[in-house]
Amino acid sequence: MADKPTWPMGFIRETQIWKSVFRHGKPVDPRNRALAVISNVFLHLHPVRIRKSGLRMRFTWCMGGTTFFLFLVLTFTGLMLMFYYRPTVEYARADIVDLREQVAFGVMREIHRWGAHAMVITVWLHMLRVFLTGSYKPPREFNWTIGVMLLVLTLLLSFTGYLLPWDQLAIWAITVGSNMARATPLLGHEGPGASLLRLGDIPLVHAADDARFALIGGRFIGEMTLLRFYVLHCVGIPLVAAILMAVHFWRVRKDGGISGPL
Amino acid sequence: MEAIRSVVNTLSSPTIFFSLSVILFIAMFTFRKWVEPRYAALIVAGAVIFFAASMFDSDFRLIVTKPDNVPIAGMLFLVGFFSWVGLKQAFENDGRIAQGLGPAEKDETEQKVLVWPDLVYSEFICLIILSVVLLAWAILLQAPTEEPANLTRSPNPSKAPWYFLGLQEMLVYFDPWLAGVVFPSLIILGLMAIPYIDVNSRGNGYYTFRLSEFIYVKWLPNLGYKGGLPKFWLWREIWGMLLVIAYFMLPPPILARTAFRRFFEKMGFIRYNVMVFLLLFMIALPIKMYLRWAFNLKYIVAINEFFFNI
Repeated sequence: MADKPTWPMGFIRETQIWKSVFRHGKPVDPRNRALAVISNVFLHLHPVRIRKSGLRMRFTWCMGGTTFFLFLVLTFTGLMLMFYYRPTVEYARADIVDLREQVAFGVMREIHRWGAHAMVITVWLHMLRVFLTGSYKPPREFNWTIGVMLLVLTLLLSFTGYLLPWDQLAIWAITVGSNMARATPLLGHEGPGASLLRLGDIPLVHAADDARFALIGGRFIGEMTLLRFYVLHCVGIPLVAAILMAVHFWRVRKDGGISGPL
Repeated sequence: MEAIRSVVNTLSSPTIFFSLSVILFIAMFTFRKWVEPRYAALIVAGAVIFFAASMFDSDFRLIVTKPDNVPIAGMLFLVGFFSWVGLKQAFENDGRIAQGLGPAEKDETEQKVLVWPDLVYSEFICLIILSVVLLAWAILLQAPTEEPANLTRSPNPSKAPWYFLGLQEMLVYFDPWLAGVVFPSLIILGLMAIPYIDVNSRGNGYYTFRLSEFIYVKWLPNLGYKGGLPKFWLWREIWGMLLVIAYFMLPPPILARTAFRRFFEKMGFIRYNVMVFLLLFMIALPIKMYLRWAFNLKYIVAINEFFFNI
């Protein structure tokens, strides 16, 4: 079927600017459809062809894609919040209240909060799907391991973000969560074996240098904890997560595409 | 109303609720009829009615409508729904395989479709729907903002984020070094180890479930006794320590010769031992839960001198 150029798309497709960006014709025939995928760096995450069974919603539940989409949404809304939020004991909570009351519907903060909850759920559901379909089995063992690491990073992202509003809910949730670190064997000052590590009368592991101290940057949750969690939440963990995601997606393709019965 | 309430309260006491959940979980795989749409619909209807009726209880309503608890309520239904989606296909596939047919997915595995437009467009539609859901959620439900942080006034109860509640609950049965550090690490390592332990290469890429072997848990004898304990911790706790060592050392070789003989032969020494070790850790939690409920036993080994309590 020969396409008659229609105005305005037909005209736009003929311009030098369009042609310089998209190096393929209208994606209506197999060749141009393949080119549409492989000549685009973002779409190139996909192969050109996939198994029809892998297209079924009842097979994939679309959970991996949903999780990635939520990560992108959280990156965008997080960036918006970073313009106004100051990670100090003095301003943190007031800035959160402002973000809710000065922005229409407080929409950036609300999406960021609920999107984070949703991402924890979708990661678990994605894992459940991969588990139930046995897709972790060879040759995809390593990618499952990367996936577990991404699960841990998602929980850490959520955990570090939980403190940032600096209200009662935040500070006590982090208190409960980080108190566990005191009990780390050998490394926490209330952990088994820590009291054995001493030079004469001087304990080597105590409240001011143990695992909990490293986590919260002090003996109590305070200014240093807020700054530490903020940096980890906005830069450290997302960076590692992005790298692992790149590996995760790349390996999906290298390990034979979406799983299916052979 | 009061009668119903007291029945629900009795059923949801930890002892009964946990035991019932275990039985229900096993029943889910034994009585497979429930995945048929009409029974599944009945279950959903029942759950929704129960949930709605519970809303008349002011305490329950207060807990569920707390903004940060909404994801938990949502997850109950989501997990139920997706378990149904997965297991329904799994049971159907098991039936097909038993008849000598391949799994249902196989019909479409050989066919390849172009990513553009089939996949790209589905992704685009999902993206739009998700954006709408997120926007609606964000506008309709306000995220919690509580009073300014105050380390001198602790709320009761202080709770970890909801996805860590399971870990927090383990603190009731184990000391923080186990419940907060060792068990979470083992859960992560155990999850990572799954593909390396599982040597069954079948069941890859399609939904399936075949109930193979049940694991019988042997009850640990209660060795807790009080009064007249030796002063030195090693002599005081030697029996408890031996018990814990025995718990991890004895079952692997015994099971390798009896119930798990097939696993041992198929998996080899290392894989087999890692699997049994992780399994024993997993079973340790319910064992300790029941020991607590039945004998009010707190520790099997209690060396408070080094914060080493098991």
